[in-house]
Amino acid sequence: MLSFFTKSRIRGGVHAESYKELTASDEIVTNFPLPKTLYIPLQQHVGKPAEPLIRVGDKVLKGQLLAYSQGMISAPVHAPSSGIILDVNDYPAPHPSALPIRMMVLETDGLDEWFTSPVVDDPFQLSPEDISLRVGAAGIVGLGGATFPTAVKLNMGRENKIDTLIINGAECEPYLSCDDRLMQERAEQIIDGVRLMLHGMESDHAVVAIEDNKPQAFYAMQKAARPYSVIKVIQIPTRYPMGWDRQLIRYVTGREVPVGCRSSEIGVTIHNVGTAHAVHKALRYGQALVNRVLTVSGGAVGRPMNVEVPLGTLISEVFAFCEVKSEQTARIIMGGPMMGESLPHTCLPTVKATSGLLALTESELKSNDVHPCIRCAACVTVCPAGLRPLDMANNIRMNQLDAAVDLGLKDCISCGCCSYICPSNIPLVQYFKYASGEVVARQQAQHKSEQTKRLMDDRNARLERIAKQQEEEEKARIAAKVERERLKAEQAAQEVSV
Amino acid sequence: MMVNMKPRSGAHIGAKASVSHIMWQVMLALTPATVFGLWLFGWPAINLFIVTVLSAIFFEAVCIRLQGRPVKPVIMDGSALLTAWLLAMTLPPWAPWWIGVVGSGLAIILGKQVYGGLGQNLFNPAMIARVALLISFPIEMTTWANVSPLFFSNSPGLIESWHITFAGLDNLDASTGATILGYVKTEFSQNHLLATSLKEYSGLLNFIGWARGSLGETSVILLVLGGVWLMRQGIIQWYIPVSLLGTVFLLASIFHVLDDQHYLSPLMHLGSGGVILVAFFIATDYVTSPNTPTGQVVFGAGCGLLIFVIRTWGAYPEGSGFAVLLMNSATPLIDYYIRPRIYGRDRQGKPLEIPKS
Amino acid sequence: MYVLSAIVCLTLLGLVLGLLLGIAAKYLKVESSPILDEVESLLPGSQCGQCGFPGCRPAAEALVEGNVAATICPPGGSALAEQLAALLGLDLDLSAVKEPELLVARVSEATCTGCTRCFKVCPTDAIVGAPKQIHAVVADACIACKKCVDVCPTECLQMHPVEVTLRNWRWNKPIAVFEDKENRRIAC
Repeated sequence: MLSFFTKSRIRGGVHAESYKELTASDEIVTNFPLPKTLYIPLQQHVGKPAEPLIRVGDKVLKGQLLAYSQGMISAPVHAPSSGIILDVNDYPAPHPSALPIRMMVLETDGLDEWFTSPVVDDPFQLSPEDISLRVGAAGIVGLGGATFPTAVKLNMGRENKIDTLIINGAECEPYLSCDDRLMQERAEQIIDGVRLMLHGMESDHAVVAIEDNKPQAFYAMQKAARPYSVIKVIQIPTRYPMGWDRQLIRYVTGREVPVGCRSSEIGVTIHNVGTAHAVHKALRYGQALVNRVLTVSGGAVGRPMNVEVPLGTLISEVFAFCEVKSEQTARIIMGGPMMGESLPHTCLPTVKATSGLLALTESELKSNDVHPCIRCAACVTVCPAGLRPLDMANNIRMNQLDAAVDLGLKDCISCGCCSYICPSNIPLVQYFKYASGEVVARQQAQHKSEQTKRLMDDRNARLERIAKQQEEEEKARIAAKVERERLKAEQAAQEVSV
Repeated sequence: MMVNMKPRSGAHIGAKASVSHIMWQVMLALTPATVFGLWLFGWPAINLFIVTVLSAIFFEAVCIRLQGRPVKPVIMDGSALLTAWLLAMTLPPWAPWWIGVVGSGLAIILGKQVYGGLGQNLFNPAMIARVALLISFPIEMTTWANVSPLFFSNSPGLIESWHITFAGLDNLDASTGATILGYVKTEFSQNHLLATSLKEYSGLLNFIGWARGSLGETSVILLVLGGVWLMRQGIIQWYIPVSLLGTVFLLASIFHVLDDQHYLSPLMHLGSGGVILVAFFIATDYVTSPNTPTGQVVFGAGCGLLIFVIRTWGAYPEGSGFAVLLMNSATPLIDYYIRPRIYGRDRQGKPLEIPKS
Repeated sequence: MYVLSAIVCLTLLGLVLGLLLGIAAKYLKVESSPILDEVESLLPGSQCGQCGFPGCRPAAEALVEGNVAATICPPGGSALAEQLAALLGLDLDLSAVKEPELLVARVSEATCTGCTRCFKVCPTDAIVGAPKQIHAVVADACIACKKCVDVCPTECLQMHPVEVTLRNWRWNKPIAVFEDKENRRIAC
């Protein structure tokens, strides 16, 4: 019985109503009107923010470098269209808090004039290091939503001599269909990108994994991959979160990534289909990552679609184009409905991570009506990470954060399965996000208190040293005075005797 | 556009399930067996059922009111109703009204609300009440009415039933008898062997429920139907029922094969008493059973073992209630020791080692 | 008769045991508690005096003697209160604890005269500057003890809440709507 449970290749997960049919059958819309102004955040990736290179008032071309990457893990940012830089300042970020983040404001000139970096006729003649460099220079990051710089991942794959490259075409989040459409319409380009990535990692085996609810994408990809024996296209069961990299790695290779390790350490690297497409464009056409396909969907959207937009386009403009009915919108979500983040308003730019924009109506949302936990353990059953969300949430509710950490709080991937399934509508994921933040805050507070103690000890030592010094000086002064007076007295005595 | 929506974390969409939905599904699954039981034992059983349910709702409302919380949503979640329903099904059908009231009070107040309400209790409230009643009022709780279906000539009419429920039974021996398990136990005490004591036993009648017993536990077929439907609906999993019934069946088979004059056959074990009701509807109670599949298998097997041991060697003819309560108390322990393996870690919680290739 | 003997026995037993306890308390007394240092090391050590004691050491003494609740230290917040309660085995009622509002001192450049008084009193050397130069606060080192605010002659030093940025923004704890006051007290 025990072995039966552990050997199962998919653990947990939910069968969510997909709602993909809203957008999956129509072609990607490419005639999105160029916005007048684009807001380009300097940090659209995991790692350090990019450093601005262009000043206010400069004229830039589409694809021109705006800010260069700094540090080991970072990515550059390019101009999504041609025009003039109006401002470099803090503007609200596409984040649940909408707190400000540094952005460049670009006024487009309507010409959309490309600046492409030079390309070689056959990129397969390039050295693998060169491939990584070019991918990095194009600002490509993981487009599945993780936004980890792709070049860094390619380098790690090369260094660890990985044996399998998995291309993630699972797209398990409900509503989203941008990867599905991309695979159907641009299969050759994606396969070319996959081959380039294989070359860049000096690896010779790739598996494209597509959920079996996307048969057309599967056939298209299979057809495109047929000439290349190194690329295998497979179908995987439809079950959220199949697209969680570690779940997919276990399903495809049977290997499990140990906690605290990167997948490349066990010989596997995973990239999104959108990333492969971006790699193709960078190496074949010298185009930096300046636009992306995203799904606009939800009950409040009049024209749900997959649309290619320049990065930095305000969500309000995308929504206007898709005829979102604001009076019906109960929540705006960036990303999918399971892991995506709610946004407070729409005057926020789209970024590299924006795989979808949802405007959901009240009836589509999970109810807010929280009931007591009845310990039905549905959350334990669906947790793909093997946690016990109900016990963790209970501990957090009672402020026992350490107990929650012992139960595996740090292994939670916030996939949302527990919140999805909970019959009592308990916001379990929010408990875990709150607790994770609180744990970090407490660690920082602890660190600060240690630092404070050190500073005060230093200060006290210094004050003591100064006091001692002054005391010694005082002593020396008094001694000198005594000496002077003695001399004076002697002199006087001599004078008298004389 | 809209401004200042509060940050909300995913998942933004959810499965269409709610606590009350689950409760109502369980009640729906109980309905066939309940209706059959009410019909089988006539008006007094109906009176008792109504009294038990109404008093449970009353007690729940009083407790919630004392806590200063709005009463209506709590009552509407159906948990008090379900508890009372399950309790009523385990009561002798012609028990006097105050058995139902006291039972409901014990279940709701002592079994649930003193722990902090829904989801907080350690023991199954219905079983707490049943066991407390059995120990406190052994006569009333072991007076089993004869089968006397509604509208049959021997069954009491409406007016007569009020007398039975609210004033007590006048002519005990004429209308009551022993359950098969109780009968066998008494026969053993008089050194009768099974072959003689079971002359009149019919497996088929027991299977459809035509036998003396608690209000809702007699019909094996209807209870199994309800339980299987619940599994199909995904409300309960197979782990507890299968391991519980499997354990009883296995143990009974072994002992029956060894000595068929002193040990009841496995089919008799499964067909009589409350074991089917307990396996599908009471041991599977979310609040008081373990969280993991493996834990639930252990829990079910433990219940099965205890039921068999109490029935066979204990002083009581039926041990389901005791067995469930004992295993309820072991649930935190089971949950502590049997936990799922976290991805990327071994069972002890240490990170897996990187395999050497 | 039985009743009488029971009363006598129990009374004698009580007297003897009480005497033993009294002797033990007198001869086995622990002179100074090693836990005091441990408590003091947990406290922030900024001697800010917000607890009403003149410094962290007296507060630690009061904590060890059990005269004050574990929630005595406002800058420590609930995290410290939990640590103290765990160490001292105290009951913890977090409902009264307000999470400390994070503050940081800031110099208003317009009114700073460069008098140097503030950085002389700063316990963590968080204020830098020179005579007749505008001073500045190193925000990471500031512990919000407000000593500089008290000595500043021009009121140019003021406490401001720490600005919430994307780096330190945190999710709120969900409000458990079904909890009533009673429950929350039990929960803590």
